[in-house]
Amino acid sequence: MIKNNQTYILPFEIKDCALIAKATGKRAQNLRELKDFLSIISLDSIYYHFWGTLLRPRFDDPEYHNDFAIWAENSLHDNILAERLAVIDPTEFQNMDQLRTEIIEIIEERLDEVDYPLWTKRDMQFEFICSQIIIFNTNKTILKPIDFVTAIPQMSVGSIFYHFIDSRKRLYNSIDDFQNWLISFGEKYYELRLKINEIDPYFSTLTKIREELAIVFRNFFKGEQDA
Amino acid sequence: MPSTLQKYAKVTGIDVIEHLRQLAQPLQGMNVVHINSTKLGGGVAEILHKMVPLMSELGLNTSWEIINGEKEFYQCTKGFHNALQGTPTDLPEKFLRIYENVNERTAETYKSKLENADLVIIHDPQPVALIQHVTEKKGKWVWRCHIDLSKPYRPIWKYLREYVKKYDASIFSLSSFAQQLPHPVYLIAPSIDPLHEKNIQLNKNEIEEVYSRFQIDPHRPIILQVSRYDRFKDPVGVIKSYKLSKKFIPSLQLILAGGGASDDPEGEAVLQEVQDAAQDDPDIKVLLLPGDAHRTINALQRIANFVLQKSLKEGFGLTVSEAMWKKKPVIGGNVGGIRIQVINHHTGFLVDSPEGAALRIRYLLHNSNIIEEMGNKAKEFVRENFLITRHLREYLTLIYSLLQNKNERIELI
Repeated sequence: MIKNNQTYILPFEIKDCALIAKATGKRAQNLRELKDFLSIISLDSIYYHFWGTLLRPRFDDPEYHNDFAIWAENSLHDNILAERLAVIDPTEFQNMDQLRTEIIEIIEERLDEVDYPLWTKRDMQFEFICSQIIIFNTNKTILKPIDFVTAIPQMSVGSIFYHFIDSRKRLYNSIDDFQNWLISFGEKYYELRLKINEIDPYFSTLTKIREELAIVFRNFFKGEQDA
Repeated sequence: MPSTLQKYAKVTGIDVIEHLRQLAQPLQGMNVVHINSTKLGGGVAEILHKMVPLMSELGLNTSWEIINGEKEFYQCTKGFHNALQGTPTDLPEKFLRIYENVNERTAETYKSKLENADLVIIHDPQPVALIQHVTEKKGKWVWRCHIDLSKPYRPIWKYLREYVKKYDASIFSLSSFAQQLPHPVYLIAPSIDPLHEKNIQLNKNEIEEVYSRFQIDPHRPIILQVSRYDRFKDPVGVIKSYKLSKKFIPSLQLILAGGGASDDPEGEAVLQEVQDAAQDDPDIKVLLLPGDAHRTINALQRIANFVLQKSLKEGFGLTVSEAMWKKKPVIGGNVGGIRIQVINHHTGFLVDSPEGAALRIRYLLHNSNIIEEMGNKAKEFVRENFLITRHLREYLTLIYSLLQNKNERIELI
């Protein structure tokens, strides 16, 4: 425990997580079906199709970052819809319900525009998937922010997901755990928090996020480390 | 001597192994039993040969048993396999009774082990009826389906579904393969083992030895498909693609390398069809390799310019990731699990016909720089997504999910 003026700050506990995907049994073969399922599917499934992509097989530099945009492009062959869905940044929405509304709006707009059916083959349907997240302790703790300089490069991508992505769903202020912990130190790490805040959590990969975090911490503490 | 997990750390990074150890910590001493139909041949056996010792090393008491039957049992289960992948296959009642008897007998053989296991993982349809004959179950039972079950032949699925329904959960490789079931359906893609003889780095001499052994000309382009002789792998379609390409690239050589699996009675007939299609073309090598010719397959994949996996149906296609791990782009059938490995235009090409495959063969052979670029991307893609360490992590995660199925978030803290 760190004493900061008159308050004690709890150590930062490094946690890790793993996702397991589950089929929901819901499949859409055309755009209208997709819209209909979107209005009833669990928010967890929408979360998975936006954020779960980070923790499962995908190409390192994908053209589109959410499954709805990828399906619009690859299965419906509707580039306009794919581009509109692709620019949705889930971090701009306060909750998943708002994100759901936005996706449905975009799809409804597209349904109004086109006068031909947007559908795909049976084996290219959109498969709604949801997931469970298992969180566990790594038994590693950080006592001082400078310790992140060596700790972050050794973190698993699961830890990065938990502390940088999952935190946004968990914390009332929808930020990452690193910033949230640094707030406890008052204004001392304000500049560091700003730098962390500049890291894009969505249009990236977990490996890249880890690298960017490592650079931010290393640069911030460069002088102190040298000393 | 380093443990197996330590050896993997060199390939995946230590963070991946630490992650596994921490995830497995609360599961120490748990009894896990895997059951399938063969220890030799086929992707399932290959995965289990490494998965079982790795789970043990992580502290779970893991064992692997097989279900053994007479010739009619395998004819019946091959019929199931074809039917579940969509081929209308009507099986005589006699076969079904034999199938049920073999399952009953096997359940009796492993009675104590199955009753006391905390987790039983039954692979594919051959042992699926075991559950019917184990009445005192202590743990959870999971059916792991490695087959594309998206369009099954209904009468056979209707028969097998009655057994599947009794399980606590199922696992499919892809969501699109899954059927509606009255229990949770998990999605776990298979994986390759980077330390398996089939995938390890070989020395130059060992690689080059296959040229002389199979009369392959090292100075001419080589394309390869590795898969058992099964109609769903479309080896005859591969020969057609080769012949279409050969008109433009007369120096082209094709290798079809297949093994038999002890649970596949149709292999011989398909092999004959392939040999007929190859006719007397000396540049087509049709190889029937023993189930343990791993290093030979490894060498063949390394001498190929790139690899084909032109399946018409594919549960996953482990040979795709194996080739990609060796930096080979893959021209794959646009079906099933191949789609999540071959990222079109990045790690290879997805094709829908022999003509499409021929087009991509010609394209790649005229662009060696693209082969290299795609090959590098392919290897990294496999490292991140299709190694056995990822597979193992998902099995461990599944165990927690099975124990606390109701919660979206499970905190082990």
